[in-house]
Amino acid sequence: MKLNRKSYAHMVARASPPSPAVRDCLWAFFVGGGICLLGEVLRQLFLRWYDATLAGTLTSIALIFLSAVCTVLGWYQKLAAKAGAGTLVPITGFANSVVSPAVEFKAEGWVTGVGARIFGIAGPVIAYGTAASAVWGLFYWLLGKVG
Amino acid sequence: MAIRRQDTLLFEKPPVIAAWAAVGGKKESEGPLAAGFDFLTQDAAFPDEACANWEQAESLLQQKAAELCLRKAGISRKEVDLALAGDLQAQCTASNYTMRALEIPFAGVYGACSTMAETLCLGAALAAGGLVHQALALTSSHFCAAERQFRTPLDYGAKRTPTAQWTATAAGACLLRGPGQTGVPVLSVTFGRVQDYAVRDINNMGAAMMPAAASTLLRFFSATGARPEQYDAIFTGDLGEVGSALLQEQMAREGVPLPNHRDCGCLLYDVASQNVQAGGSGAGCSAAVLCSHILPALQAGQYRRVLFVATGALMSQTTYLQGESIPGIAHCVELTKEGTG
Amino acid sequence: MNYLWAFVIGGGICVIGQLLIDYTSLTPARILTGYVVGGVILSAVGLYKPLVDLAGAGASVPLLGFGHLLAQGVQQAVDQCGLPGIFTGGLTAASGGIAASLLFALLAALVGKSRDQN
Repeated sequence: MKLNRKSYAHMVARASPPSPAVRDCLWAFFVGGGICLLGEVLRQLFLRWYDATLAGTLTSIALIFLSAVCTVLGWYQKLAAKAGAGTLVPITGFANSVVSPAVEFKAEGWVTGVGARIFGIAGPVIAYGTAASAVWGLFYWLLGKVG
Repeated sequence: MAIRRQDTLLFEKPPVIAAWAAVGGKKESEGPLAAGFDFLTQDAAFPDEACANWEQAESLLQQKAAELCLRKAGISRKEVDLALAGDLQAQCTASNYTMRALEIPFAGVYGACSTMAETLCLGAALAAGGLVHQALALTSSHFCAAERQFRTPLDYGAKRTPTAQWTATAAGACLLRGPGQTGVPVLSVTFGRVQDYAVRDINNMGAAMMPAAASTLLRFFSATGARPEQYDAIFTGDLGEVGSALLQEQMAREGVPLPNHRDCGCLLYDVASQNVQAGGSGAGCSAAVLCSHILPALQAGQYRRVLFVATGALMSQTTYLQGESIPGIAHCVELTKEGTG
Repeated sequence: MNYLWAFVIGGGICVIGQLLIDYTSLTPARILTGYVVGGVILSAVGLYKPLVDLAGAGASVPLLGFGHLLAQGVQQAVDQCGLPGIFTGGLTAASGGIAASLLFALLAALVGKSRDQN
């Protein structure tokens, strides 16, 4: 065949339609911004009764709950098919990544399915987030010793 | 008997596809080929049949295709000598469980999305050699079973890239008989060779499989001396819009342009309006297009001679994560209009 | 004004994620992981706190904020109990979100059912 791997990579890049970035970004901006706005409304509400830390935690929990409900009803997936990073990046996306495998893998059992797969997508986020924070903690502790 | 020319087996006395059936789900029922299907369901979870999970649902789909095909052929399953079947699930379990219910001698075949052509090639060769009198060739895919196994949970929110393809919820079954019987004759079969041109993007399978389709077509034309213009249509299986454009470009460069090329992935759905990105895919996609469109058209005489070239991407989730590129394969079946065998 | 900033900054952070999806070969899972680690780093160098003060939930709801939460938690714990704080601080601060996700996921598995995407 008159084809080599290098020229094929160019051919494929030319033939593959790019993602409609402007439309994608508008969706991501308005949906992602909307979720954050909702978060801010909730946070202001909680601030009437609680201190800033607890209000922040309650805001997260409320959004996670809403995301779980929307996931179970099948709405989150439908919205995400359009909103892309707008539903991926907020904490609701994290919740969706925990809730959706829990629902999906019920067929494989409560321990071996739900339990084992629940962190299949979110696990790396927690693992590397915790590792990064520990590294920072070590630096911070050393800075304290030096300073 | 058959004559072997390079990679192509030419049948002097061609075996025939005596009966066929296509089944599909909701999205397939909204596509342009819906009228050609033998059975379409609006709920591919089959809740009325106490189906517990998506893997079982795919087996049920395949079972329906097999049973409808046998009913159309007017025979019982006890009269079938061999079933060649495959699907996308790991260890081909959809087929295994279908065959548990059907109790027909069974050989499992894996060729990813090329499985329909692969089972036809094998079945036709066995039927032409008189080794089987009646053989079933069938395959299936189920969107939900494929998503949960190869991608993400169904309710996980993600946006699909424009080059991605939509796994069909569909199955197709063909009953092959030996030479001299009524049906659509299989003139030749060509087993493909694995081609890998270093495509690694799992969301661009059409591009990964195109070289396999081009290679098999070129080998077929070189072995038989035929030209693409001699065919009413050359059907590739599941290259989608991206792979199809690449195939046209490559074949033109080889000096064998394909003016009458169609792709099963672009035929099963209305690509512009059904939100399937670059088109359909999955073992059931080309199987369903074969059984709902190509074979009926050959029977009616709307096509006189066609090639059916189903393509498959042969990676696994493991090899993909290990950074391996995606090898492709394509098998070619040459069909002619009913009665000329 | 708070609400406007929450919307704009939150939306902007999502747009950056979308650009990464569209213009790089990064998968969503890698982007999420990158965002959390990025949040830890931005917080450590002192850039994220001003953003949270300005935009509130607009900065804390995206996963960058999750990283910020981990970094802040570690910092507080180290202040309180020294070196062991690097093990306890991060997850303590993030525990509300993680536990809520787990509990609601289990409840969801109880009532929910895998569905076709038709």
